[in-house]
Amino acid sequence: MTRRAQAVHTAVHDPMMTHPVGIRRIIWENDDTFTLTLDMNSWAEPFEFHPGQFNMVYVYGMGEAAISISSDPARTGTIDHTIHRVGSLTTALAHKKRGDVIGIRGPYGSMWPIDVAHKKDVCIVSGGIGLAPLRPVLYTILKNRDDYGRIIILYGGRSPLDLLYRVELEKWANDFNVEVLVTVDRGDSSWKGHIGVVTALFSYIKLDTRATVAYVCGPEIMMRYTIDELERRGLSQDQIYLSMERNMKCAVGFCGHCQMGPTFICKEGPVYPLPRVRPLLERKEL
Amino acid sequence: MEKDDLTEIMSQHPFLAGLQDEHMKTVIGCASNVRFVEGAHIIHEGQIANKFFMIRTGRVALEIGVPGREALRIQTVGPGEILGWSWLISPYRWHFSGITVLETRAIALDGECLRNKCEKDPVFGYEMLKRLSQVMERRLEATRLQLLDLYGMADSGVRP
Repeated sequence: MTRRAQAVHTAVHDPMMTHPVGIRRIIWENDDTFTLTLDMNSWAEPFEFHPGQFNMVYVYGMGEAAISISSDPARTGTIDHTIHRVGSLTTALAHKKRGDVIGIRGPYGSMWPIDVAHKKDVCIVSGGIGLAPLRPVLYTILKNRDDYGRIIILYGGRSPLDLLYRVELEKWANDFNVEVLVTVDRGDSSWKGHIGVVTALFSYIKLDTRATVAYVCGPEIMMRYTIDELERRGLSQDQIYLSMERNMKCAVGFCGHCQMGPTFICKEGPVYPLPRVRPLLERKEL
Repeated sequence: MEKDDLTEIMSQHPFLAGLQDEHMKTVIGCASNVRFVEGAHIIHEGQIANKFFMIRTGRVALEIGVPGREALRIQTVGPGEILGWSWLISPYRWHFSGITVLETRAIALDGECLRNKCEKDPVFGYEMLKRLSQVMERRLEATRLQLLDLYGMADSGVRP
């Protein structure tokens, strides 16, 4: 089985064709992040995706944005998108209500290669909304918990109120023996957890360097420091996978907006094995 | 606590990992085993920094006092880490307060005792300084990252 992040092509229709879907539910995860549950029963065929993939989410009359799918790939009928309200389009999405219709095309992009972690330890490192594209990984591996060794989640957020999926994190720790370490940049006296950057959490865990697969997703600077930390602890580059972000427009490798050096992130990414993108990470203007 | 027990505990702490026996004995001469309940103020901003702590279990939050509002918590330190280097740098005053957020066990090291031994034995002093410098470098790096407010940036998300 290949150790590369696997490119998958599951978009069954015209890849540029947007399909209307209804919003079934909106959950606010924090002040500026919300999860849309979309009714996919109107899709021509059962909507299938792999962990790490994304959709182009369209607000009619306005435009579209690439947004990761954050739900359980095994769930049928609905999918989730967890969205950080940062611009006009995501603000428009934030104003949508249950029953409103938006457009979807996808899924696109490569997947987290979960098979390479079989019988190994899994270390998930994420920051901010970077946990959203990794949530499908957790759903998938926790369905077969015995097939994996230790599962470690290192998660960093801006403040305790900004953390995503707090209930699920607690459930994964309690019910699935997942080691969950959470840290925030700023905390008050009511916060008993860690304060500091996510890389500081490595001080509190010991990795089996030969039998650990690391999945990393978050702001690119955070990922760079996380990679340094993983390598300092003995993981080799081929044990590390990360999800890259650039401005995606067409999502099928035509337009070049998401080009990073020799690769189009929408098509070959967003999930890459580290050796594929390592030389590009610290290069300016990419 | 017996000296042998203390030696074993201290040699397991990452800060002293690999320290040669002679230097370990020097450090142990300045060490004591301590335990703090949750909510204990173990160091106070502005006061004399005459100790530092090698944390064994628990968690300590570092705070800066802000007039008219609750103190700002800027960092926590936990097992395997050290708390405080102001004992080494004149004028030997704490720049932060430290409050335990969980019950905490630590090895406390007498700062003045260690300073004197560093002065008398430059090889030992350099060894301590190298180890502390590594801690300071990592903390500085972490602080810089924290200052970037990574998760609040507009492009902080992976696909917005």
